[in-house]
Amino acid sequence: MSVADGRPVVDIEGLSISYLRRKRPLRVIEDLTLSIRPGEAYGLVGESGCGKSTVAMALMRYLPANALVDSGRVTFAGDDLLGADEATLRRWRGSRMAMVYQDPASALNPSMRVGAQISEVYRQHRGMDKTAALKEAGAMLEKVSITDPGRVLRRYPHELSGGQQQRVMIAMALSTDPELLVLDEPTTGLDATVEAEVLDLVEQLRSDFDTSILFISHNLGVVRRVCERVGVLYAGRLIEEGPSDELLRQPRHPYTLGLLRCVPRRGMRKDALRLEPIPGSLPPLGADLPGCVYASRCPIARERCHTEPPPPYETGEDRISRCHYHDEVPAIPSGEQQVTPQPPSDGATLLKVEDLVKSYGTTGNSMQAVAGVSFEVRQGEVFGLVGESGSGKTSLARCLSGLVDASSGRATFEDRLDISVSEHRRNAELRRQLQMIFQNPDTSLNPRHSVRRILGRALLLLAGVKNGRERERRSLDLASSVRLEPRHLQVRPSALSGGLKQRVAIARAFAGEPALVLCDEPVSALDVSVQAAILNLLLDVQADRKVSYLFISHDLNVVRYLADSIGVMYLGQLVDVGPARAVFDPPHHPYTEALVSAMTTLEDLDGSRPRIKLDGPMPSPSDPPSGCRFHTRCPRFLGDLCRDKAPPWQRDADGHQYRCHIPPGELGDLQRTNGAFSGEPHAATKQDQPPKENGQSG
Amino acid sequence: MEGRDATAVAVGPLPSRTPDRREGLWDLAVAAASSKTFLTGAVILVFWVLMALFWGIVAPYDPQAVDPTASLAPPSGEHWFGTDNLGRDVLSRVLAGASSVLTVAPLGTALGMVGGIAVGLVTGYYRGLVDDVIMRVVDALLAFPLIIIAVLVLSVLGSSKVNVVLVIGVVFMPIVARTVRSSVLSEREREYVAAARLRGESGGYIMVSEILPNILSPIAVEATIRLGYAIFTSATLSFLSLGIQEPSPDWGLTISLGRVYLQAAPWVVVFPALALATLVVAVNLVADGLLQAVEE
Repeated sequence: MSVADGRPVVDIEGLSISYLRRKRPLRVIEDLTLSIRPGEAYGLVGESGCGKSTVAMALMRYLPANALVDSGRVTFAGDDLLGADEATLRRWRGSRMAMVYQDPASALNPSMRVGAQISEVYRQHRGMDKTAALKEAGAMLEKVSITDPGRVLRRYPHELSGGQQQRVMIAMALSTDPELLVLDEPTTGLDATVEAEVLDLVEQLRSDFDTSILFISHNLGVVRRVCERVGVLYAGRLIEEGPSDELLRQPRHPYTLGLLRCVPRRGMRKDALRLEPIPGSLPPLGADLPGCVYASRCPIARERCHTEPPPPYETGEDRISRCHYHDEVPAIPSGEQQVTPQPPSDGATLLKVEDLVKSYGTTGNSMQAVAGVSFEVRQGEVFGLVGESGSGKTSLARCLSGLVDASSGRATFEDRLDISVSEHRRNAELRRQLQMIFQNPDTSLNPRHSVRRILGRALLLLAGVKNGRERERRSLDLASSVRLEPRHLQVRPSALSGGLKQRVAIARAFAGEPALVLCDEPVSALDVSVQAAILNLLLDVQADRKVSYLFISHDLNVVRYLADSIGVMYLGQLVDVGPARAVFDPPHHPYTEALVSAMTTLEDLDGSRPRIKLDGPMPSPSDPPSGCRFHTRCPRFLGDLCRDKAPPWQRDADGHQYRCHIPPGELGDLQRTNGAFSGEPHAATKQDQPPKENGQSG
Repeated sequence: MEGRDATAVAVGPLPSRTPDRREGLWDLAVAAASSKTFLTGAVILVFWVLMALFWGIVAPYDPQAVDPTASLAPPSGEHWFGTDNLGRDVLSRVLAGASSVLTVAPLGTALGMVGGIAVGLVTGYYRGLVDDVIMRVVDALLAFPLIIIAVLVLSVLGSSKVNVVLVIGVVFMPIVARTVRSSVLSEREREYVAAARLRGESGGYIMVSEILPNILSPIAVEATIRLGYAIFTSATLSFLSLGIQEPSPDWGLTISLGRVYLQAAPWVVVFPALALATLVVAVNLVADGLLQAVEE
């Protein structure tokens, strides 16, 4: 696909960039050399803080005022980019180079109609008049596969779904047929099905346009899908580079290997394999590292690594690795595989939720965020709750935790304590038994309190430890149970990394020996290497204390690794519940099927999986569709039956149940022959048509 | 055991990822101290505070000492700022005048801040009916021009230092309450507040120990801005002879009494007016510097 010869579109050589902080320069990019060939998609991966976005900003010449280019050269299609003046840059930006940002909702002007925003590009760079520009804008929207472009042109950005917004951004970026398109985390923050949609589009555009792409992401799976070549950044250094398939299959740098090993892979379950986090953490900005930047965390580092910076070794055709011992990387043994012994689940029901409803707003204008949900969590199990944003997962968690009152329905704890009421009407016993871990440790820990105070306060109220000395002792125990060191007690959260902060939050939740902990996306704000450590920790603590988790996540890979049972939510309702294995395999609810097919994993790129596309955005919960709530987007839509009649629960033998008009036998056959799940590699065709139109399927 | 140790993350002093979120008043002061605006204001302010405390040592004459032989004498080597109609030394009176304004204004501000913070915390944290009722009262208070309320109250209660302090405190309270309430509204949505509720903390603890320490920066800025207004208000009230009474060397009062001599002996008015102006400007510079530091 790529044109190997010819002048590179972007050529970065020996680029070093520093940020001035408190008048001290801190090096963020060190001696970066890379080039992007015409028509090529180059993926730049790395964890947060490694300098990915700085590279993108340098390429667009959008670096913040306190950034200094210390040395190096950047040429853009043969022209010197760093030396270009403002007027030239203005001409280039938008016409020869374009950028798509992470969050389309904030990158689009909310007060301008989509048509006006796109046509502005044509008027600015092509000198077209209003009508001609608008016509071009419509044509462009068609190219990015937006249905009904005429209507979308007249919409405001907030009236579009996240996927449509990102399409509009991409349309705008491509409107002048630029030589370089920079995509900075274009799918981060989008739901899995929307992400799949945007990635499909990028792939399709690769064949329609000959634009070169710099694709920045923290997600290796995504990069492997879209890009031919990949560069791995670590602490501002390009530590490995090469063709994406080859590099991710056979990494030659210990960091790349570490990244690959710490994400849950397909079929990986907590009872079979333990995740392998990368020990240690990223060196601080501006740290003086005489040797290899990764040496302190590297399993094969020797004396030499700490003193002598590794040059870019050639490790194959078109591949480099900055590791002195790159030959040994394939032989790095997997860490110990000892799995956490599973606590025996005695099967007793711990949490029972019956027909729980949470509605917001006043009568007449109310919105049901949770619309009649029933499920059970047994003692010692991990119940995974998945669904896209707006499906009601978090509202459900807030009800159960007691932050808000439930509107109706019942929720009981150990069959005796009513938990459908909010926290101030709960007793101390229930508070102790049911705790919560929040998504973002930056906001869930009070920045003004020391870790000692955070844990001490929880021990005082949840465990009733009134004696100060006893509390100190228990704080230390608690800290060590989440592998924090005593010295961490005296600092404030801002002095800790994201992973350590989340450990403090976990320790706090466990102060009163709870029986059930609600985890609301506890790892989604963390980098993958930290994520693995936190997941392992949650499992270890579970093994020690026999706690149950209600684990909410949008990341199906994580849920599949961790959960014993899974519930899938759509528009406030549970549509699919059952044992983890059963939910991920057909027959399952068509929505689950779509979610599973949208997963980006590292393994299944050998044969590209057909993806199930969901039509349109998720309907508003304030006006849910009639009949089956999923019928407006369902790939297996049957007709009037689905539109008119709420579907029954279909149950099968192993306790799996889903809400659909199609019975398990039939649905299973459909889903298996469809090959949506990677079971059958031969089934590559996607069935677009609903299988049946007669609406009579029992 | 080996493998478990691998998960124990070694830590270095990690820089937080969010670039320098200003935490606490100390960091705020450090950041502000690097701005010229703040420093200029602070130097002038410190000067006046020192004068308010130690004018007795610095002033060349007794500010109340009458000298009929030197009535309305122009500035000279003997009386740098000249003398007033009773022959009192203007320089000494200007220096001494700092003390009245710098007691009344800060006390009034403090009263307004304490009341405003309390009201802001309660309305912002509890929302609902409490919020609706209190904020409507606050809206009503805000609808009146400040000076009219002050004039009204002081003419009923009589003028005294204590009453001026009370009036300033009362009229500032709703303004401060609004600012504090809006900070509380955004802060209460943070998950640490949810976590505190879930472990059963009382409302009082959450407001005072969890939320309040996190909104000190905007409160500090608000307090400085209010102080500027308070100085101005107290001078205005003295000028209208509703505030501090004779024979205090208070600036507002001096300007008011001296204005009949403006043509013949401008120094009687000009120097206290300049003093007042420098103090108000200084406080505003400090407020600007703090605001910049908070926003950075």
